[in-house]
Amino acid sequence: MAKRVPEGPPPAQVVQKVRLRYTKRGRLRFTSHRDFARAFERALRRAQVPMAYSAGFHPHPKISYIGAAPTGVASEAEFVEIGLQCQVEVETLRKALDQALPDGIDVIEAVAVAAEGAGSLAERMQASQWRVELPGVDPHELEKALEAFLIQPEWPVERLTKDGKRTLDARGPVVRAEAEGTTLNLIVRITVPTVRPDDVLTALASVGGLTYPAVPVASRLAQGPLDGTSVLDPLAADRG
Amino acid sequence: MTAERLRTAYVAGRYGRLRRPRGLRTTGSAVALGSVTAPESLFPKLEALLPKVSKPIQYVGGELNARSKDWESVSVRWALMYPDAYEVGLPNQGTQILYEVLNEREDALAERTYAVWPDLEALMRENGFSQFTVDNHRPVGAFDVLGVSFSTELGYTNMLTAIDLAGFPLHAADRGADDPIVVAGGHAAFNPEPIADFVDAAVLGDGEQVVGTITDLIRDWKAEGQPDGRDGLLLRLAATGGVYVPRFYDVTYLPDGRIGAVTPNRAGVPARVQKHTVMNLDEWPYPKTPLVPLAETVHERMSVEIFRGCTRGCRFCQAGMITRPVRERSIQGIGEMVEAGLNATGFEEIGLLSLSSADHSEIAQITKQLADRYEADRVSLSLPSTRVDAFNIDLANELSRNGRRSGLTFAPEGGSERLRRVINKMVSKDDLIRTVATAYGNGWRQVKLYFMCGLPTETDEDVLEIASMAHDVIRAGRQASGSKDIRCTVSIGGFVPKPHTPFQWAAQASPEVVDERLRKLRAAINADRSLGRSIGMRYHDGEPSLVEGLLSRGDRRVGAVIEAVWREGGRFDGWSEHFSFERWTRLAAASLEPLGVDLAFFTIRERDADEVLPWDHLDSGLDKQWLWDDWQDALSEFEQDDCRWTPCFDCGVCSNMGTDIQIGPTGRSLLPLALASGQLRAPVVAQTRPPAPASDHSHG
Repeated sequence: MAKRVPEGPPPAQVVQKVRLRYTKRGRLRFTSHRDFARAFERALRRAQVPMAYSAGFHPHPKISYIGAAPTGVASEAEFVEIGLQCQVEVETLRKALDQALPDGIDVIEAVAVAAEGAGSLAERMQASQWRVELPGVDPHELEKALEAFLIQPEWPVERLTKDGKRTLDARGPVVRAEAEGTTLNLIVRITVPTVRPDDVLTALASVGGLTYPAVPVASRLAQGPLDGTSVLDPLAADRG
Repeated sequence: MTAERLRTAYVAGRYGRLRRPRGLRTTGSAVALGSVTAPESLFPKLEALLPKVSKPIQYVGGELNARSKDWESVSVRWALMYPDAYEVGLPNQGTQILYEVLNEREDALAERTYAVWPDLEALMRENGFSQFTVDNHRPVGAFDVLGVSFSTELGYTNMLTAIDLAGFPLHAADRGADDPIVVAGGHAAFNPEPIADFVDAAVLGDGEQVVGTITDLIRDWKAEGQPDGRDGLLLRLAATGGVYVPRFYDVTYLPDGRIGAVTPNRAGVPARVQKHTVMNLDEWPYPKTPLVPLAETVHERMSVEIFRGCTRGCRFCQAGMITRPVRERSIQGIGEMVEAGLNATGFEEIGLLSLSSADHSEIAQITKQLADRYEADRVSLSLPSTRVDAFNIDLANELSRNGRRSGLTFAPEGGSERLRRVINKMVSKDDLIRTVATAYGNGWRQVKLYFMCGLPTETDEDVLEIASMAHDVIRAGRQASGSKDIRCTVSIGGFVPKPHTPFQWAAQASPEVVDERLRKLRAAINADRSLGRSIGMRYHDGEPSLVEGLLSRGDRRVGAVIEAVWREGGRFDGWSEHFSFERWTRLAAASLEPLGVDLAFFTIRERDADEVLPWDHLDSGLDKQWLWDDWQDALSEFEQDDCRWTPCFDCGVCSNMGTDIQIGPTGRSLLPLALASGQLRAPVVAQTRPPAPASDHSHG
C-alpha cells in the first residue's frame, strides 16, 4: 500500500518574524510554561494571526519560546517569536493578541524582524533581573545574610527536581544582589542549569541563617544582553 | 433602591458569620442591612498556599470565557461542583451548560468549584481554609445552592470532602436555614438513595430548565423572609413534582432486608418524582462560549452535543435508557454553535458529541460540510461513539482527510453473537470483520475493540470468543493492508448493572469470576503467538466495579458505608492510585452488618419481579413492566429494534413524559458563513498587503 501524504499544497513559508514581549502578572504567575504554550496557540487562532506552519500530517505553527520564568514566578519580561506567512502591522497584531489572552498575560511589545538573518533572540538572553519581595523578613538579617553570601566564591544549594535532588552553585552566576528594605534585587547570569531566585533564597538561608516568615514572591523585571552589571533591552538590535 | 435590591437586603444576616459587613454599609440606613455584601475573596490567603501544591494553576480561575458577576446584584447564588479534579471537571459539558444558563439570568449567579487534591486539602485543613469557588474564590458556604453533577457514583466521597471543607454539616438533617441547599444532578442522581443523608435534593434529567425553576423558588422564598425555614423551601421544591427531597420520604424494610415501601411523609409531596426533558435542542445552544482553561484538562475541544438520547436499546446502557427520547439538534443549529464556539475559544478540534454520533439523521452532511468549512483553518473533527459498520469508515475517512490515520474504536461490547443478542447490541461477527478490514485497507493502523465482561448469562465460552474475533481481525487486517504493521487492542471493562435499565434486576458478576475469565482470555489470545503479538489487551481488575455496583444499586443504608470510607480518608475513588478496595469492603461489612445486609446483597444478588427497588419512586419515564419484559427478552436472547425506524414498542417514556422523538432529516445544509454568523469571521489582524499568490509560497 502506498504511503499516504497530506493532500493539498505544502504549507506557506515564513515571510515575517515577530518578536513579542509579554508578562505573567498576578494570579497568572502560576501558569506553567506548558500552560502558556497552549493558551498562546489558542490566542493566535482567536486573533486569526496568519501563522506559518511546519509540513506533515501534524502541522505546527512556527513558534519559538524563549527561556520561560518558573511556575509561580511573575514576570514583566517573557519573550516569544512567531513566524508569519504574510506581513502584518505589528501594533495591530500586538493588540489583537493581547486581547485574546487572559488578563495578566499581557503582550506589551512587538517588533518585526526579517525572516532570515535577524540573529537568534535566545542567544541574546545573557542575564535576568529579578525583584524578590520577602514579606516579614528582618531587613538587617537580610543585609547580613546577603553580605555573607556575596563574599563566598561559590555556594552549592540543592534543588528538588522531578528526577531527585540536584546540586548547583547559586553564587557564581549572581552578578549583582542588593537589599532594599524587605526587597531583594538580583541580576543573575543565565547559565545551564539556570540559577533561579529561589536558589538564591535557599543559599541566603544556608549561608546566613535567613528565615522567611511568609511566602516570598519573585518577579522577573528584565532579561537580555549583560553589560557589566546591567541588563539591556534584547529587542534593541531589531528596532533598527 | 430598587424593589429587587430591597428584597435582597431583607435576608440580611446570612453572611455575617463569614465576614463583617463593609464599613460603609454599617451606617444606619436600609443599606446597612446589606450584610449580603460579597464574602471576602479567599484568594490572598490561598495564594500563600499555592507554591506548596502541585499544578497550582488549577485553583486560580481566570479561564477565558469565565463569568464574574457582582455578588450583590443578584438574589440567588449557585456554586456548581463537578466532584473530581479540575482537569476532569472543567471540560464537563453539563456543568458548563448550567454555568452559562444561570449566569444569563439577571437575578442569579453561578461560580464553579472542583475537588481539591489531597495536598491542598491538607493545607486547607491546617489553615482553617474553606472550600472555594475558582471564579472569585468565595467560600462555598456563602452560596444558596451547592449543585453537584454526578456522571459517576465514584464522586460521592469527593462531595463529602467539599461539604466538610465548606464548613457546614455533612448530614442534610443537621443543616440550618442559612446553609446551602445541596442538590445532586447528573446520571447518578437517578438513584440518589446512597447519598440521601448528605443531599437536600436531587434532580433527574436535563438541568437547563429546572435550574431556573429552583432559582425562582429560592428567590421568592428569600424575598418573603424564608418562611418556615429550610423545610419551607424544600417543601416548595418538592411540591413541583420535579425535585426529589429524600427527607420527605420514609423507607421501610422487610425482615429479609429488602425494601418494604417508600412513602411520602408529609402532605404536598408527590409519590413519584419525574425526570426533566428539554425539547428542541436548537433553543438551548449551550455552552455558547465554552471555558478555555490555562491548565491542561482531559478534553480540550469545542464540543457540540448533536443529539440527546438514544433508542438503540442496549440493555446495559443506563445513559441510553434514562435520556429518551432522541432529540436531534438541527444541522444549522450545529453549524452555528461550532462557528460561534470556535471563534470564542480558539480550539483546534470540534467534537460532535452524543451517545451514538453516527446515528444523527444528517451526520454525513454535517461531517463533510464541517470538514470543508474548516479545512483551511486546520481545525480537526472528532466523532466519539460510533457504530460498527462500513458507513462509519467513510465518516472516519472524511474526518481524517489531512490527518494521520492512527486508531479507530468500535464497541461490540459482547464477545459472542449469543451474548450480543442478550445485551441487544446487534453486530454480527462477519460485519465486524468486514468493517475493520475496510478500515485497515483505508490506511488505519490500529483498531480498538471495546467489550464488557461479567454480563448477564455470560459464560467462559462467550468471553473466549473475543480471542478468536481478535485473531480474525488481525488476519483480515493483514490481508487488507498488505502489511504486518497493524494492531488491534482489546479493551475490557467490568459490567455494572445500573438502575432504570432492563439489567437492574441482574446479579453482578463477582470480581473473582471476571478476573478468572480475563486470565483465560489473555491465554487464548496469546495461544497463537504470530497473531497474538499484534493484539494488545487492556482491562481493569474487577474490584472497583463491585464498589461501583454497591453505589449504583444501593439504598439509603449504603450512606453509612460512604461516610465511613470518607472518614477513613477515602477520596478520588475514580483514580486507581486513590481507590482502596480493601477499605471499601471492610467498612461495607462493618457498616451493613448491623443492618442485616451486606455487600453481596446489593451487588451479586439477582432481584425478583416483585421487589421494590430503591429508585422505584423516581420516574425516568420507563415503564417498570416494559423493563421487566425487556429483561425477560434478554434472557431468551430476543432482540428489540430501534423506535426511530420501527413502530413504538411502548417503553413508556414519551407517553409518561409528554415527549416525542425529534429527528431529521431537515434536508437543509450548513448555511453559508456570511449568512450564518454575520461578521464573526472578519480577520482581526489586518494584513498590510494581500497574501502573495500560492505559487510564491510553494515548496515545489
